[in-house]
Amino acid sequence: MAAGPDGVAGATRLERAFREEWGEVVATLARRLGDLQAAEDAAAEAFAVASVAWARDGVPPNPGGWLTVTAWRKAVDAYRAGGARTASVDPQLLGEVTAAGPAAAAAAGLGEQEMTQTLGDDRLGLIFACCHPALAEEVRVALTLRFVAGLSTREIAAAFVVPEATLAQRLVRAKRKIRESGIRFTVPSQERLAERLRSVRAVVYLVFNEGFAAGGGAELIRRDLCDEALWLGRLLRRLFPDDGESAGLLALMLLHQSRAAARVSDDGRPVPLAEQDRALWDAALVAAGVAVLDKALLRHSPGPYQLQAAIAALHGTAASFESTDWPQIALLYGALARLDPSPIVEVNRAVAVGMADGGLAGLAVLAPVVASGALDQYGPLHAAHGFLLEKAGYAERARGAWARAAETAGNSAVRDELLRRHVDPI
Amino acid sequence: MKYALLIYSQSTAEEYADILAATRQAAAGGTTATGPWTDYTRAALDAGVFAGAEQLTHDETATSLRVQNGDRVMTDGPFMETKEHLLGFYLLNVDDLDAALDWARRMPMHPGQTVEVRAALSGLPWQRVLTE
Repeated sequence: MAAGPDGVAGATRLERAFREEWGEVVATLARRLGDLQAAEDAAAEAFAVASVAWARDGVPPNPGGWLTVTAWRKAVDAYRAGGARTASVDPQLLGEVTAAGPAAAAAAGLGEQEMTQTLGDDRLGLIFACCHPALAEEVRVALTLRFVAGLSTREIAAAFVVPEATLAQRLVRAKRKIRESGIRFTVPSQERLAERLRSVRAVVYLVFNEGFAAGGGAELIRRDLCDEALWLGRLLRRLFPDDGESAGLLALMLLHQSRAAARVSDDGRPVPLAEQDRALWDAALVAAGVAVLDKALLRHSPGPYQLQAAIAALHGTAASFESTDWPQIALLYGALARLDPSPIVEVNRAVAVGMADGGLAGLAVLAPVVASGALDQYGPLHAAHGFLLEKAGYAERARGAWARAAETAGNSAVRDELLRRHVDPI
Repeated sequence: MKYALLIYSQSTAEEYADILAATRQAAAGGTTATGPWTDYTRAALDAGVFAGAEQLTHDETATSLRVQNGDRVMTDGPFMETKEHLLGFYLLNVDDLDAALDWARRMPMHPGQTVEVRAALSGLPWQRVLTE
């Protein structure tokens, strides 16, 4: 899967432009109507009108504005027709519109001009609504892919291997909850922003990992999710240029993505980092990731994404597994463990310490994790244990750990946890 | 927008009675109301968001009416036998779900208690009598 200079693969630029336009129209309408369903319906009508009118009269100079204004008029028409669906629309807002009428507003050139100027904010508001923590995680992911990235219900259903009807039902329910429970399409206030932004980043990273965890060619659609996540990550960084963690997330995804071609063997088996053919790594993506990360680190506001990106950058710029800067990676995992403690981070730290200071040092880090039994079903723990035991010269005990690793590989219970906080199982 | 913050508890009828007795006894000596729920209620009043609140008797004392063949059939007990019972509720008038969730977070809840946040519908025909 060759990613273009801006990471767009699978969809042509034209399709992408169309989808972006669609996303912006939906964003603007959703914010004004407080209702995703009404926004989606109006946008669909506007695009239908456009497909006829543009073929006849040519594409207007400002296609986005044209679509937004047309969609807005369709939404007002739908409201006038008295659809029960729009009953919850802020009456004050529609009061303005119905009192003056869309024609009057167009004549004044006020409302509709303003409508095409606040797109950045509208986009953000839509993202925050789709990623609201009051919605279930899988619902946030589906909403974001549908309304921010502009994927079709069918595409999302295929990517997550659920029946399309199930996914459609989930989206209907989610749209209703947003409308009825009072989730707003606005940028959260300053005191809520950090928490809400954390949820947005988590959704983007979940999308990425859902694609990244996918295996061979049969799961091509799933791997397209990586491109969607990268696109969302770029959007997030563009909309929050001062947020170090959003940049860190983008850098992390770029660096993971750089290894995509080397991660799976020709016969579809996963290849561990130590055995990957580094010539297959995408040097341009590594450079892009490192550049984004370096700029983020200048802000001196480290967080879990920047730390993980820094680790991935050290891997990405190392000539070989052995010559990697393991002491630095061990330190970074230590910092990550302090910020965001997790036994999985400790497993990775143990391997890094083992590579830096020898098998015994690594085993000392791993011992509490093994003893706690918390990750007993986690294959990579036993693989790391075996690796460190072997390195320390305990060949017999290492064989036991490897056997345990094989037993627990592919356990679906740990898969979810892996997806949540993906770290390279070395 | 109006939100109901519904407080559920896992306490049994006996435990609940003991808690209520202890609360009343503790308050008997003082002249002014104190305690975390008093503070919470005062904060909601001061913020101008308070629209109502009630604390209910245990659902063991509930009486339910069910429509059956056009009649009202009475049963002794709650509509549904569950481990958690509706202990009480606050009705708050705030801008959006985020604000309602902030108030829910501030509740001095005990372990085993749950607060459910539900938006109230507005603009319904029956509600017109309230403003007539």
